[in-house]
Amino acid sequence: MYDKNKILTGLAVFVVFMTYPFWNNIGSAAYTRPVVEKPKNAKECVESVEFMRAEHMAMINTWRDEVVRNGQHEYHSTASHQVFQKSLTKTCLKCHENKAEFCDKCHATVSVNPYCWDCHVDPKGEKK
Amino acid sequence: MKALYSLFLVFALAAFALVGAGALGMEKAFGLYIPFLAVAVFVVGFCMRVVGWGKSAVPFCIPTTCGQQESLPWIKQSTIENPSTTGGVVMRMLFEVLLFRSLFRNTKVDLHEGTKVTYSSSKWLWLGALAFHYSFLTIVLRHMRFFTEPVPGLISGIESLDAMLQIGAPTLYLTDLVFVAAVTYLFLRRVVVPQIRYISLVQDYFPLFLILGIAFTGIFMRYFAKVDIISVKQLAMGLVTFSWVVPEGIGVLFYIHMFLVSVLLAYFPLSKLMHMGGVFLSPTRNMNCASRKFRHVNPWKFENVHYHTYEEYEDEFREKMVEKDLPVDKPLAEGAE
Repeated sequence: MYDKNKILTGLAVFVVFMTYPFWNNIGSAAYTRPVVEKPKNAKECVESVEFMRAEHMAMINTWRDEVVRNGQHEYHSTASHQVFQKSLTKTCLKCHENKAEFCDKCHATVSVNPYCWDCHVDPKGEKK
Repeated sequence: MKALYSLFLVFALAAFALVGAGALGMEKAFGLYIPFLAVAVFVVGFCMRVVGWGKSAVPFCIPTTCGQQESLPWIKQSTIENPSTTGGVVMRMLFEVLLFRSLFRNTKVDLHEGTKVTYSSSKWLWLGALAFHYSFLTIVLRHMRFFTEPVPGLISGIESLDAMLQIGAPTLYLTDLVFVAAVTYLFLRRVVVPQIRYISLVQDYFPLFLILGIAFTGIFMRYFAKVDIISVKQLAMGLVTFSWVVPEGIGVLFYIHMFLVSVLLAYFPLSKLMHMGGVFLSPTRNMNCASRKFRHVNPWKFENVHYHTYEEYEDEFREKMVEKDLPVDKPLAEGAE
């Protein structure tokens, strides 16, 4: 092999980079699915669990636009046919009162940083 | 036609994963075994290809000279375009690898007023390639959020930079847009420009469609037909820590995405995508342009090389040469005709 040292160094760098996910996790504790704190005072969310899991971010985003731009405050649930107020603080956080134990658990593990909290305050976080 | 073959091939691969992981319920194969095997083929195959190239001799000093060579002291040398020192070569390689310097030189030939040949600069390929490669890099780095716990700040930093316009929820990644636009451009270029269509083969279209397929399945999973992302992370973390688990109900789109990525990884060492390693080993780029100063010794072992001497050549073609009145050293033997 010609230029052995240079080529093998290059390949070593390549292998180290490409296997990063494998060696990076050596010795760390086994990954466990985050467990979120369920609300104590309510059984059902505004929509079904499956829907909320997939679409809560789009829903809250739409709520924001509809409330701030169009002044529409009422949300008619398709699951329970109840009417809810489109509000993060007054509706979502009323049941899911602990941001750190509910929102942040999943968001942190998949590195999602929603900008809700640029404007909204976390009521529980305030006290600390 | 060649483009269509490639497109059908990618559709067939997606359908294969759809049936395998969806209808037949082989989530374990499509989520764990195939991806792991693909990574192994990629890393080992890549190294084998590079070592193979390392074993081939470079018989001639063939760097391309793109500027003034080192000459008399009062003639200004172009130290990066025509490097004569190792430092210069390193700079040239950096420009090549990071900024695609040779593509920047791309020209296009036209006939002006029907008869005049004109050469003009054509930067679109360079721009498309740069946009494509850097958005691909960003996307790969971003995906490390599935393979790390806790996610390092660098990776979440790249991610929030990528989503900085805060459009919609989940926030739109700018690289998603740039990536699809760039791949589409690289594909259209092959179809629209007649000269490039003429030289384009199935193996040129296939990676483009494959990558586009990966991009579309990924984009669909994020913005439209959402999959259970926490389960995806659970599967990915299991994959890299060898505690293999397949969480229920991730959604078949994820397995299609995973399978197409696996195909890309396994196909990588067998294909033109090896330019990732090859760019570092291009003699036209990585050699010192000092052929007048230093003698380049051909590293071949000459005793093993079989020569075809002129005498042998003439023996082989004498009849035909005489027929065409070409001069020969030895005349044709009597009665040979």
